[in-house]
Amino acid sequence: MPTKTFPGRYSSLADIAIFIRQAAEEAGLEGFAIYAVETAVDEACSNIIEHGYQGQETGEIRCTTLTDAKGLTIILEDRGRPFDPSSVPDPQLDVTLDERQAHGLGLFFMRQLMDEVTFSTRGPVNVLTMLKHKEHKTE
Amino acid sequence: MEISSTQFKHCDLVKIVGRVDSSTAPQMAEALNAIMDAGRYKIIIDFSGVEFISSAGLRVLVNAQKTCRRYNRGEVVLAKIPQNIYAALDLAGFTTLFQIFDEVITAVGYF
Repeated sequence: MPTKTFPGRYSSLADIAIFIRQAAEEAGLEGFAIYAVETAVDEACSNIIEHGYQGQETGEIRCTTLTDAKGLTIILEDRGRPFDPSSVPDPQLDVTLDERQAHGLGLFFMRQLMDEVTFSTRGPVNVLTMLKHKEHKTE
Repeated sequence: MEISSTQFKHCDLVKIVGRVDSSTAPQMAEALNAIMDAGRYKIIIDFSGVEFISSAGLRVLVNAQKTCRRYNRGEVVLAKIPQNIYAALDLAGFTTLFQIFDEVITAVGYF
């Protein structure tokens, strides 16, 4: 159960990606599934840094990865402002360029790219749990 | 992330290498803004060296496209997009907002 703690700032994102890609490979994920996990975690951590920690470059993000037969589970913990996912509307993807909003894609990516996304709190700690199933090859 | 820009007669080519995330997207915005601020709105972005792009990078792309397309003065087109990046752009609905070319030379010919 590898765990690593990163400073809550954007410059940590590249290091977090290395940690997550390695976990995804070790969990047996392949191809776009690895990229998908990297994207979901990057978006989640960007949200924590921007909204949770208000871009103050304070606080930490604790990343834990768990591998089992189902696939890869990633747990992200922070002590920033709690996040209410219901406050973010789904992005409108089928509108013209002028109507297209530049925000709201992060959470959409997390939900689209992972099989399960759960937000919870444990005292002052925000806990985000994301699961990516391993693809079972059919003969 | 590294960015290089080349000015052609009818368009500008921007090559991006590395990760475009919340940390580096401002750098990409700066490079695109420098071109648009100079009054040039026909921009090709060479994606062949891009390893990763998050929604922060996509925000920069859509904002640049809005600026370039205004008054019909130009547009941003994308070239040589790696498979993973294309899948992410497609999921975000971006493949209908941008002309996409397999080769930079074809994109140059488009302008």
